[in-house]
Amino acid sequence: MGKIELVGVEKTFGHVGVIKGVDLQVEDGEFVVFVGPSGCGKSTLLRLIAGLEDTTGGRILIDGVDVSDTPPAKRGLSMVFQSYALYPHMSVRSNIGFGLRMAGVPKEERNRKVEAAAAVLNLTAYLDRRPGQLSGGQRQRVAIGRAIVREPKAFLFDEPLSNLDAALRVNMRLEIARLQNSLGTTAIYVTHDQIEAMTLADKIVVLNAGKIEQVGSPLELYDHPANLFVAGFIGSPKMNLVSGAAARKHGAATIGVRPEHVSTSPTIGEWEGVVSVAEHVGSDTFLYVTVPDIGDITVRAVGELALKPGAKVFLTPDISRIHRFDRDGNAVRN
Amino acid sequence: MARRITTTRRITVTAAGWLVGFLIFFPILWMVLTSFKTELDAFSTPPQFLFFHWTTENYAIVQTRSDYVHHAMNSIILALGSTLVCLVVGIPAAWSMAFAPTERTRQTLLWMLSTKMMPAVGVLIPIYLLFRDTGLLDTHVGLIFIEFMANLPIVIWMLYTYFKEIPKDILEAARMDGATIGKELVFVLAPMAVPGIASTVLLNIILAWNEAFWTLNLTTVSAAPLTAFIASYSSPEGLFWAKLSAASTLAIAPILVLGWFSQKQLVRGLTFGAVK
Ligand SMILES: Nc1ncnc2c1ncn2[C@@H]1O[C@H](COP(=O)(O)OP(=O)(O)OP(=O)(O)O)[C@@H](O)[C@H]1O
Ligand SMILES: [Mg+2]
Repeated sequence: MGKIELVGVEKTFGHVGVIKGVDLQVEDGEFVVFVGPSGCGKSTLLRLIAGLEDTTGGRILIDGVDVSDTPPAKRGLSMVFQSYALYPHMSVRSNIGFGLRMAGVPKEERNRKVEAAAAVLNLTAYLDRRPGQLSGGQRQRVAIGRAIVREPKAFLFDEPLSNLDAALRVNMRLEIARLQNSLGTTAIYVTHDQIEAMTLADKIVVLNAGKIEQVGSPLELYDHPANLFVAGFIGSPKMNLVSGAAARKHGAATIGVRPEHVSTSPTIGEWEGVVSVAEHVGSDTFLYVTVPDIGDITVRAVGELALKPGAKVFLTPDISRIHRFDRDGNAVRN
Repeated sequence: MARRITTTRRITVTAAGWLVGFLIFFPILWMVLTSFKTELDAFSTPPQFLFFHWTTENYAIVQTRSDYVHHAMNSIILALGSTLVCLVVGIPAAWSMAFAPTERTRQTLLWMLSTKMMPAVGVLIPIYLLFRDTGLLDTHVGLIFIEFMANLPIVIWMLYTYFKEIPKDILEAARMDGATIGKELVFVLAPMAVPGIASTVLLNIILAWNEAFWTLNLTTVSAAPLTAFIASYSSPEGLFWAKLSAASTLAIAPILVLGWFSQKQLVRGLTFGAVK
């Protein structure tokens, strides 16, 4: 079991509020991803759950038990650090088995479990090496092995893949997804990589300045952002946000439309603009169009689009896919 | 800026290096030479460098007149004992300052160092009276205690500097792995800090071994270490240079050997924080 509940959790460093009242439910077996801009408190919130920082207010419950004053060693959670944080003076075997050793698991059983974890992670050949003799990807796998071997109530990941190169990152992402799926263990994962968040999460938590902006499944957040912040944060390239007269026409203070929901035409449309940059990535074409009185609009068109910078183009947002926001930036539901 | 290294330059620099090394080493060499002279040769003008009557009688006399082994044992007990107590107190203290600092940690560190700025003689009378009244004069416990107090600031500073270099993440990982603070110290921090702890230990042993102020003032016989053994040769009846030299040579020999064998460790440890 690994159900985690946060009730009004607060954290201040000195006089600076970093986490400002967070309520959150993480169900058993769920994969939850924290996203948000740099410095918004993602790591701090994760460390509060881990017990590496003490809360200044609120309560943290694991399986219904208040653990706010329980030291990290007693919370039964595992953490994978961005820096891997392997024990440099121990072999891979001892690194993975350290938690079991601390728990007083007898040596034979420990070895059996370590070897099973190593087999899952393709580390069998490296068990007697030191972390210093491993590649970045292998170190990352040792860190994951160390986390899974203890059969924790939940895994906590703090940007575990950000030190890996792009190709390896994709592989490890799949590996983590597969592992979490087969183990069915609750996971909380911090990242600022959109793709990681969208692909891994059952539930995404968008944080901003120490507060939760929205919680929901990846597609919920993508299709129904609760406010301007989430609208602008989720999705790449970013949603186009337009305010002023063009928005009032649609009955909102601000409207948002995703690049893929803007159609182009050489002759007719709602907005007339000039192409400033055209990016051809093969499967798609991204157009950056400057529209007078509105600003820059990004358009994503499927396939090749033969438009050169400087070309005149008409744009029309798909009415059914427009997001409307009121003056406070909250979504207006129709 | 690469400069051509010519043979002349190499020779000059090497010669200069040896000269400086020789100058630094000379007093010790002279002491060792003097210890093999007769008292007469030791005084002669001009001084005799190598061509004197070599004798080992000073060593024999020193050994019979005063008990070298007794004093050496006291020095060892004092050096090892005070170092051990320093580590037992210093490691947790440095751990907390390096990994769980508060707003006052910096000031505490500076304050500890500032205690070393006061001349020891400033507190001689109160310490002496305290020792007298508590029966600590001329005891191992008393001496270990005073050496521990004197060196603790340096030990904590050194350990603190080494611990600062250890990523906090690794200790936190140990905590997540279920290690208590004690186990975290023993299984993770200490093994990672071995080079730093080793050079702290070496330096502390050397400091305690050579410390003369407290050892001379607070001991008479039973706990007197080698410093007192040396001092006993500059007696009111006169200065016996040759015997004093023999005694000093005997006193520094163990620490010199220790220093020689651990010089690599010592240099590495002392420059650890400097080169990153
Ligand atoms: N120990 C600390 N003392 C004081 N302030 C801290 C401490 N740790 C974090 N902060 C502050 O708390 C805020 C949130 O930090 P946190 O590390 O949680 O951000 P984050 O969302 O993980 O950012 P990033 O994406 O860059 O990792 C930051 O403004 C940071 O300066
Ligand atoms: Mg972070």
